[in-house]
Amino acid sequence: MEQFKHIWRTFRHRPMGMLGGLMLFSVVFVAIFAPWLAPYDPKERIDVEPGDLLAPPDSEHLLGRDDAGKDVLSQLIYGARVSLTVGFVASLMSMFIGTSVGLVAGYFGGRIGNALMRLVDFLLVIPDLPLMLVFITMWGRGLWKIILVIGLLGWTSTARLVRSQVLSIKERQFILRARAIGAGGLRIIARHIFPQVLPLILADAVLSISGAIIAESSLSFLGLGDPMLVSWGMMLNFAFERAISRRAWWFLLPPGFAIVWVSVGLIMMGNTLEEIVNPRLKTHHLFDPRHMVALIAGVRPEGQAEGGVE
Amino acid sequence: MAILEVRNLSVNYLTDNGTALHAVEGVGFSLEQGSSLGLVGESGCGKTTAMLGVLRLLPAEGRIVSGEVWYEGMDLLRLSERGMGEYRWTKMAIVFQGAMNALNPVRRVGDQIAEAIMLHGVATGKKAASKRVGELLEMVGMTAEMAGRYPHQYSGGMRQRAMIAMALACSPDILIADEPTTALDVMIQAQILDLLQHLQKELELSVILVTHDLGVVAEICDDVLVMYGGKTAEYAGVDVIYNDPLHPYTQRLMQAFPDIDNPTSSLASIPGYPPPLDALPAGCRFEPRCHCKSGICAVESPPLVAVKPGHYVACHEVKG
Repeated sequence: MEQFKHIWRTFRHRPMGMLGGLMLFSVVFVAIFAPWLAPYDPKERIDVEPGDLLAPPDSEHLLGRDDAGKDVLSQLIYGARVSLTVGFVASLMSMFIGTSVGLVAGYFGGRIGNALMRLVDFLLVIPDLPLMLVFITMWGRGLWKIILVIGLLGWTSTARLVRSQVLSIKERQFILRARAIGAGGLRIIARHIFPQVLPLILADAVLSISGAIIAESSLSFLGLGDPMLVSWGMMLNFAFERAISRRAWWFLLPPGFAIVWVSVGLIMMGNTLEEIVNPRLKTHHLFDPRHMVALIAGVRPEGQAEGGVE
Repeated sequence: MAILEVRNLSVNYLTDNGTALHAVEGVGFSLEQGSSLGLVGESGCGKTTAMLGVLRLLPAEGRIVSGEVWYEGMDLLRLSERGMGEYRWTKMAIVFQGAMNALNPVRRVGDQIAEAIMLHGVATGKKAASKRVGELLEMVGMTAEMAGRYPHQYSGGMRQRAMIAMALACSPDILIADEPTTALDVMIQAQILDLLQHLQKELELSVILVTHDLGVVAEICDDVLVMYGGKTAEYAGVDVIYNDPLHPYTQRLMQAFPDIDNPTSSLASIPGYPPPLDALPAGCRFEPRCHCKSGICAVESPPLVAVKPGHYVACHEVKG
């Protein structure tokens, strides 16, 4: 896998991407070791006194307590599991669908390709969130239903991306050669085209995880999350409904920051990856501020003497 | 005996606005067993299109509008796509133009050669296939270890060798080499040509060499087909073409080629450009650039006539 070695070698020297990767890794670490890291078990029944409800942070409860007297930090740590599960699984699903559709539409084209791309257009113009709301309302709330809805609605841009790449790759001569030696359509797609679009899909997948996490948070915030699980969006929802009016900022801010943290990490990582694998995104050197010294510093380009035309 | 006989092959390209461009018109030749045919002409005169037509590998816009391609008593143009698949590569293989582009950059060269072997059942099992890949690479003057490398680790000459190895994977009878020496330096060109000649003898291949290098043709080929603007201009044995060319275009081509006995003589060039496919002349395709045209040339396309047995010319000025 020569190409992935190359990507990693380039990626390693991009501080932006490495920082993003580190941010994501920290959340993955927290999610995996949640039972050891969390000071309390959020599902544990506790006896509370009136003073414990929405108690501000102290040494025992570093991020304070929620309106039921439970530890906010522990909920936050366990919430990482929900967000990452939704993010990874839904993104895997939409990558799978999007890639398949893009490969088939791009390689075979014609009527099948047209029909598939019209479906993509159709789904693209419908705003995602209201559509998700409709589905969740119809199917009921639950973690797997949320994943399914996000995964089933999130593949369209991937399909477009993959298709456009396939359209250009399939005109290359080694595809004709593969056809000449007797390779059929599916074989050409799997052996010759897919490996070429794989890096691009990888970069897109990283970006799509953050999209899925934000979609889950939005649904939960709107009260359509899985009622049995505490996700970051759900915490925001509770905090928004019950804590804000009582100025319990320690319940509202941490889940918000957590969502921003993981999304920004993913986006930084994804953008860097995309820049590496999709050379078109590399900007022209003339647009690179470091090479625009003359313009920024107000220095006149050579040969333009003051005084104008004689 | 002719191993391959192509008759009256015509290929059109359909454009977006529905008109058809006549890329190849009425081209025919016969390839003798073990001999080699040179297909020469300027860029864009339909050489590659004609060969892709014979193999039925034209791009989606290409249409074979007429012709016959006879191989072992079978007209390949009448076969189903599946039937054609049994001839392609096992009987007739092609070394594509531009070896770099014809290799998938993200897959090992050995795997790409093995793909051809496995798809046609020449060897079954990964082990047997990789053994065959090793043999093929050695046959073209490389070592079996090269199979594990990627195309970008190959030099230009090595890539061309790999493409030849791939073409030979299923022991075809006919090898079509489409400009096998283009973009290689002269030393490597000579090596590749030596290799082709050597392989032709050893494997008893019949070769069609598509090129615009007349020196290469003189060295390797038995017969020469000169194409101009999608049509046959002249078709004859190599000695006849070089010593006694009759078509004005062939004559000028020969004058444009340096003469080793008289290296200081200035080279002739043919003024003008080959006709674009969407504005072909009404009469003879070469008429606008011809130095001995007469009135009829602009009106009527000359038929291909046999002036002598085995020497065909399409020119009004040449009487049979």
